[in-house]
Amino acid sequence: MHHRPAIEIRGLTYEYPEGTRALDGVDDGVDLIVEEGESVGVVGPNGAGKSTLLLHLNGILGGRGEVRICGLPVIKENLKEIRRRVGLVFQDPDDQLFSPTVFDDVAFGPLNMGLSREEAAREVRRALAMVGLKGLERRPAHHLSYGQQKRVAIATVLSMRPDILALDEPSSNLDPRARRELAELLQGLRVTKVVVTHDLPFVFEICERVVILDEGRVAADGGAFDILSDEELLSRHGLELPYGFYPRGEDRREREGRRADLD
Amino acid sequence: MHHSFLDSLSVLDSPLRRLDPRAKLAGLFFFILLCVTTPPDLYSAFAAYLGLELVLLALSRLPWRQVARRMLIVLPFILVVAAFLPFFKKGGGSYNLGPLSFSGHGLMVLWNVAAKSTLSVLAVILLSSTTPFPDLVKGMRRLRLPELLTSLLSFTYRYIFVLTDEVQRMRRARDSRGWSGRWLWQARTIGHMVATLFLRSYERGERVYAAMLARGYDGSLPLIYDYSFGEAEWAFASLVVLFPLAARVLSYGLG
Repeated sequence: MHHRPAIEIRGLTYEYPEGTRALDGVDDGVDLIVEEGESVGVVGPNGAGKSTLLLHLNGILGGRGEVRICGLPVIKENLKEIRRRVGLVFQDPDDQLFSPTVFDDVAFGPLNMGLSREEAAREVRRALAMVGLKGLERRPAHHLSYGQQKRVAIATVLSMRPDILALDEPSSNLDPRARRELAELLQGLRVTKVVVTHDLPFVFEICERVVILDEGRVAADGGAFDILSDEELLSRHGLELPYGFYPRGEDRREREGRRADLD
Repeated sequence: MHHSFLDSLSVLDSPLRRLDPRAKLAGLFFFILLCVTTPPDLYSAFAAYLGLELVLLALSRLPWRQVARRMLIVLPFILVVAAFLPFFKKGGGSYNLGPLSFSGHGLMVLWNVAAKSTLSVLAVILLSSTTPFPDLVKGMRRLRLPELLTSLLSFTYRYIFVLTDEVQRMRRARDSRGWSGRWLWQARTIGHMVATLFLRSYERGERVYAAMLARGYDGSLPLIYDYSFGEAEWAFASLVVLFPLAARVLSYGLG
């Protein structure tokens, strides 16, 4: 069969209604290919266009250029299928969780896909179990801890069985334990992942590939260790490793070895 | 902040809690309608209404004390009417309390307002304290209330505390920088805060909408309804409609 990457972005540029341009660093726009099963961290300074890029993956924004998800072009006729395939998790759980109860929120996607209530309820149980929050169905989102809200937000797209998980700043505002639990959760999910963040250690932990987006263009693209250990490259694009953090290649290899053992 | 003032009691299990919200909504709606249209001099009818509500209250296993506290919200209405009492038109005999004199007609108006507001509010408390708010909204949808209205209620329930939290953070930030609220020129700040809150809410609305689209929203919120309208529901609805109706008809004879 013809080779189909999970995400195929070619020549993408976008202009916001108020006239601000994004992803316009080079004349022919942004190109990015993500293969199936890859974990890609998209890093870069504020205003680099990271979130704008993310919103193109499921057609919330539609700029100039071409975006394909598993071979399907992101156009109006395909939006329903594409939004099932791309699970987009917003940064603020208060935006992602808009229903009166956790159950209603996690069931929202499956019901929109046309699942029956029994099937939807099954997906809700499965998704909540995956994020380790079984039994919270009846709770209002407002009564959960911030870490729990983040995980419910992820459950709301896992219930749609997405092929691609697109996360905007997943680790922001989390305390260290919630952050570690989130990293472990994401590592355990066998789907294609695109993570937009400033949190370089977090990216190092869950992504094997890193893309630096700066001034609306892809400034660097390579293995996580190669990019994150190049301090000179990072600082050229407004990125810095936190004090005391130095990526070590062994860590990665060790972890990948462990992951290979699991397979 | 928490939702507690809205429906904290609705977690208590009781026969009333388990009923389909539609039965409670429709039944108590007609009950209130019957109550407020009853002529004020049918005292025995009002006694019957109160009796019915007390039975429901016992069935609901709600703590009396908290119900009583919530009942206090009717007081201002009754007090306003009471304050105007001396000015009501004369008729129906007159009664004196110290230097003030009240007409029998005026007292009847006061009784009318007091009895009907108390009974109606108690009915609403019975409904809201035995039904979780999300279920109440779903019940309304199943009763074919416009979706615009029910969605609005449901989003309000979800976001009202997000908003109050936001206001509180803004107030703390304002007060931390020495705002005293004592001078007229400081009133500008309030205006700015309201504008900021509006803008933030507007932007949040856009993000929430994007999050809804991202999960396949197509203009209609899905509805999963876990209740069914069975015998218990019919029994409840007929009880809260037929019993007061009978009491009202019979009390015409009693006067």
